[in-house]
Amino acid sequence: MSNFTVGIVVFPGSNCDRDMFWALEGCLGIKTKFIWHESSDISGVDSIVLPGGFSYGDYLRCGAVARFSPLLNSLDDFVKTGRRVIGICNGFQILTESGFLPGALTTNKNLDFICKDCELEIISSKGSWFNSSNNKINLPIAHGEGRYFCDEDTFKELSDNDLIALRYLNNPNGSSYDIAGVINKGGNVLGLMPHPERACDNNIGGNDGIFTLKSLIEFS
Amino acid sequence: MNQFEAKVSIRLRPSVLDPAGEAIKSAATKLGVQGINSLRIGKLIEVNLEAKEEKEAKEKIELLCDRLFANKVIEDFDYDLKEVNE
Repeated sequence: MSNFTVGIVVFPGSNCDRDMFWALEGCLGIKTKFIWHESSDISGVDSIVLPGGFSYGDYLRCGAVARFSPLLNSLDDFVKTGRRVIGICNGFQILTESGFLPGALTTNKNLDFICKDCELEIISSKGSWFNSSNNKINLPIAHGEGRYFCDEDTFKELSDNDLIALRYLNNPNGSSYDIAGVINKGGNVLGLMPHPERACDNNIGGNDGIFTLKSLIEFS
Repeated sequence: MNQFEAKVSIRLRPSVLDPAGEAIKSAATKLGVQGINSLRIGKLIEVNLEAKEEKEAKEKIELLCDRLFANKVIEDFDYDLKEVNE
C-alpha cells in the first residue's frame, strides 16, 4: 500500500492538479506523481487522475484536444488492466470526449459559471467509488460547461447497467436526468463534475470527497 | 497536389438546448427585430488543404469532422468543399 502511486495528469491549462496533490498527499498521505501530458509512459502508477482545468485552452470543445495527447493513447491499455481512473470536471469532459464514458458535457443551461456546494445522491455502488452507507454527499462544483447530455437510449443503457454514479438533488446546470457523474461498465473509470479533492478537509469544504479519493488505492 | 478549401459548419443537434443561442435570440428581440422563431449558434471552421483529388480531400475533411471538429453525441456537421484554382 505504501508504494501505491496515484498519477496526476498535467495538461497545459490544468488547474486542479495541485489541489489534487494537496488532497492526496497532504490530507490522505497517498503518494502521487505528476505526469506531463506528452508522456505515454504510465507504467509506474497504479491509478490515474485526470484533474479539472481547461486543457489546451478548451478552445474547440472542453476536453476535445486533450484526447489526442500521448497519455490518452496509453490510457486505453491502462483501463483494460482494471486499474482505476477518475476524471474530475475537465477530466470528466476528456473521458467523454475520448469515449471512455458515454454522453457529453456542454454549456450550463443558464450560461453561468457555477461555483457552489451541491447535494448529490449516490446512485450506483459499482466500483465502490462512494461510501454506500451514505445516500447523499455534498461536493463543490465549479464549471461553466458541466451540463451532462445524453439521449434517451444512452440513459436507458446507463440505468440498465447501473452506471449512473451521482445525481444532483437540485440540478444546477440542466444536466440530462440530473446526472452528475457516470461509471464505465468495468467499474474502474469514474467521471464526475463535482470536485472531491476540494472536500477533503473539514476546515475547508467538508470531507465528503475523502472516500472517493481513498478508493483510488483501496479498491484497486 | 491540388489545393482545396473546405467550410465546415458544426451545429448542436436539434435535441440539445443551445442556451447561448437563446440569449442572442432574446437580444435580437430587444433590438426590435420581431418574428424570430429560433436562433442557434454553431461554429464555422475554414480549412485549406492539399490532396491529390477531391475524393481524398473529402476523406480528410470527413475524418477531421468525425474525430475532431464535432462531438457527434451533441453536434452535427456538414461542409462545402471546393478545389481552389491558383
